Amino acid sequence: MKFTEEHEWLRIEDDLVVVGITEHASTQLGDIVFVELPDEGQTVSKDDEAAVIESVKAASDILAPIDGEIIEVNQAIIDEPSKINEDPLGVGWFFKIKPDDLSQMDDYMDERSYNKLIA
Amino acid sequence: MTDEHLRTSFYDLHLRQGAKMVHFAGYEMPVQYPLGVMKEHLHTRQKAGLFDVSHMGQLVLRGKSYEQVAAELETLIPMDVINLKEGRQRYGFLTNENGGIRDDIMFANRGDHIFLVVNAACVEADLAYLRKNISPEINVKHLKNRSLLALQGPMAERVLAEHYPAICDMTFMDVETIPLAGSECWVSRSGYTGEDGFEISVPETVAVDLANTLVMHDNVELIGLGARDSLRLEAGLCLYGHDIDVHTSPIEAGLSWAIQHRRKDHGGFPGADRILRDLANGQSQKRVGLQPVGKAPMREGSELFQTEGSLEKIGMITSGGFGPTVGAPVSMGYVSSEFAQPGTTIFGEVRGKRLPVKTAELPFTGPNFKR
Repeated sequence: MKFTEEHEWLRIEDDLVVVGITEHASTQLGDIVFVELPDEGQTVSKDDEAAVIESVKAASDILAPIDGEIIEVNQAIIDEPSKINEDPLGVGWFFKIKPDDLSQMDDYMDERSYNKLIA
Repeated sequence: MTDEHLRTSFYDLHLRQGAKMVHFAGYEMPVQYPLGVMKEHLHTRQKAGLFDVSHMGQLVLRGKSYEQVAAELETLIPMDVINLKEGRQRYGFLTNENGGIRDDIMFANRGDHIFLVVNAACVEADLAYLRKNISPEINVKHLKNRSLLALQGPMAERVLAEHYPAICDMTFMDVETIPLAGSECWVSRSGYTGEDGFEISVPETVAVDLANTLVMHDNVELIGLGARDSLRLEAGLCLYGHDIDVHTSPIEAGLSWAIQHRRKDHGGFPGADRILRDLANGQSQKRVGLQPVGKAPMREGSELFQTEGSLEKIGMITSGGFGPTVGAPVSMGYVSSEFAQPGTTIFGEVRGKRLPVKTAELPFTGPNFKR
């Protein structure tokens, strides 16, 4: 699993990259009440605004961490945004990207470096 | 030292309780505790929430008699102060020459003086303005040695009655001096949540003792500014500087109920021309509740339009977010009067997209006052 400075996580699953937000991010944001996800089939470039989440406090953008095509989005968090707070690394995933270039993952932190960042 | 922020008496208590602190109106204030905004909000509606609101200004206006002070204050606010009974409080606002709102306030007849509570961000301006514009015979004092707590929610009465049973005899907007934590507290039955509750002015020396005692109660949780905002938004209450300001007339803000008949008939306050004209002729825009049709919250600053494609702006959202009790996004804002009828579908712009939103009656919840 890799982590971005924007507090997103990336996990390789088959030949796709699953993206979500970290426990730290979900705690900082507080209760999440709304999620807007990209369309399936949409092409994204690294650092594009791919999704929006709103907590009781404010709205935040979720950036596409790599170039690729959105293959699947998690309808469950649209229906029940609180799932992100409950299990941000599991059922609270956001979307799956078919990566153009998997080596873009190398730019990101491993768990140890990320834990240092948020310590 | 411009980044120096003031702390209330409860600063250490907030930290001990795990509060997340933010800068607000020159103070370091708790925005939320570990419970989180959503649960803090719901707890207040179901049980009782304790709020530190000591950042607000507590002022005493004292002269020869209540009547003298009341007559002087009436030159600056469109409320009936003179006929306010002893031990009663009213909501009001200082108006400016253009009929806008300088600040919104609570004022109480305390027998021989008037007790005012004003917005934190306006304290210094209000003090200077009051001192300049009322008779020098009136002493305007800013009380810096008292803290302010609010205990809000359906169980607030029961919690305070354990310390002072006669609290149950107070009704909405009553003000009394009551011994709590062994000291003289000034308690009003009022608040900013739409719930029954009390606001307690407590001497700083015993403030933390009182807060500790109250927060130990099983039904009481500390509540931060985050939930305070969502509670007041659902209750349809204005936040100064957002929903009302120096440009807003109290009539378009839907606050004409706060101007008593005698003042509507005779004027004699700053901006009376515009305010009484708006009252007589109607106003071009109105503050309304706004309920987004979808799930996306519409926040302050979102512009409103008649249709998905129309160019002309018909209004603006001044407060908005998620309403935990409503279970959906809620907002308030101003729209041209022709669209103000509750149930009218208009469109709000969120991140460049026009989303449907319906005008709605305020409040979204309650009120649950003890009249």
